[in-house]
Amino acid sequence: MDWQALWLTARLATIVSGILLVISVPLAHWMVFSRRRWTFLIESVVSLPLVLPPTVLGFYLLMAMGTRSPLGRLWIDWTGHPLAFTFEGLVVASLFYSLPFAVQPIATAFSQIDPTLREASATLGASTLRTFFRIVLPLSIEGVIAGAVLSFAHTVGEFGVVLMVGGNLPGVTRTVSISIYDHVQALQYREATVTALFMLAFAFAVLLAVYGLRRRPLAAAPLA
Amino acid sequence: MIWNSLRAALLVCALPALLLGQAPKQLTIAAASDLQTVLPDIVREFERATPARVTVSYGSSGSFFAQIQNGAPFDVFLSADVDYPRQLADAGLADRSTLQLYATGHLVVWARRESKLDLSRGLAALTDARVRRVAIANPKYAPYGRAAVAALRDARLYDAVQPKLVMGESLAQAAQLVESGNADVGLLSRSMVLGPTLKAEGTYAEVRASYPAIDQAGVVVKASREPALARAFIAFLRRADTGKQLERFGFALPRS
Repeated sequence: MDWQALWLTARLATIVSGILLVISVPLAHWMVFSRRRWTFLIESVVSLPLVLPPTVLGFYLLMAMGTRSPLGRLWIDWTGHPLAFTFEGLVVASLFYSLPFAVQPIATAFSQIDPTLREASATLGASTLRTFFRIVLPLSIEGVIAGAVLSFAHTVGEFGVVLMVGGNLPGVTRTVSISIYDHVQALQYREATVTALFMLAFAFAVLLAVYGLRRRPLAAAPLA
Repeated sequence: MIWNSLRAALLVCALPALLLGQAPKQLTIAAASDLQTVLPDIVREFERATPARVTVSYGSSGSFFAQIQNGAPFDVFLSADVDYPRQLADAGLADRSTLQLYATGHLVVWARRESKLDLSRGLAALTDARVRRVAIANPKYAPYGRAAVAALRDARLYDAVQPKLVMGESLAQAAQLVESGNADVGLLSRSMVLGPTLKAEGTYAEVRASYPAIDQAGVVVKASREPALARAFIAFLRRADTGKQLERFGFALPRS
């Protein structure tokens, strides 16, 4: 078992899902409750990584991080090294890659809240922020948790993008999925089997948690 | 009206089947990515001389080795080394009598044109502080990656350069990491940097440090459905005009 890759992947997924949670809650709030007509445009952009082949994302990221792009040069001038082949590079890539997996469950949970509850809160003089923390968040906490868990799991499973911008550096960018690929390519099936089995168990546990969470609001629904 | 369009639709559906009936024989080749620049021309010549349709997949030799072990439907395997084809023959997965050296590859240092590195220093240029990333093919399954590591060790530069190494999944990916400006220098094959894309965009220098010769061999896969055609292709690689083509892309030819 490649413990180094496992630890690296766990760190990556934790950081990414943490950042995504901070981004996704306000984003989903705006998407669901804004009365602007073009929210569908943002929704489509946010969901792009669901539909795009990871190689498209990987290709664009590689181009954007290289010396040929102004952004890439800016980063190099600032930090002294390119963003590709670094842990930070993987974090940036994963933020794009896993964004819809955080936003969508949260947005779905928000949209299922009875509008009269928010209206009542507003009528009673509560600010949007107060309404959010007292009404919206408690009613949609399962969706928020599901968003965090799914974006964590999706980052763990990332492969194509990491293969293209990672450079396969042990301890820096060699994630679990790359490590498995590496072992298979090198015919080290035994090592691949152990890590793959661990990942299978992990994925199953994640889904158990997500579907287990989903059962509860259904049972509680008639009361609300 | 409806009948007519139905008939037309039927015809369109049947067309591929009709074509397949008379289609020339198919040959599928797994080729090391250092052949990417030269093989398309050779294949075109082969198709002109033989009624066959050839499709080529490029990748690292080690990946193809693993895939063929697991029954990948290739007819010919053109490796960037001798060991992989030989091991396939040992395992009974390739026809030993067809094992044939076709070229010897060379390692070069390549950088983009705008790079200010002095490549004439050879591998020593990699120790330049401006070099932050050096791309090589993954030595675990790419012969050119192994050659790169061996050359660095021979030049006693491995420990200095090792922290800068990034690995492409194949030689082609290593090249693309440099070409896109994410890595500063690449240790690539001469055949690759003499291809039109890289030739226009960068400069190269020979690697003078010693590394085990990159002798490349091809073999017919045992499970091939077109073994005669596959043999013909390997024989074609040894023809004089094919050899000239290989030499034009920086390969040396086997002596025998």
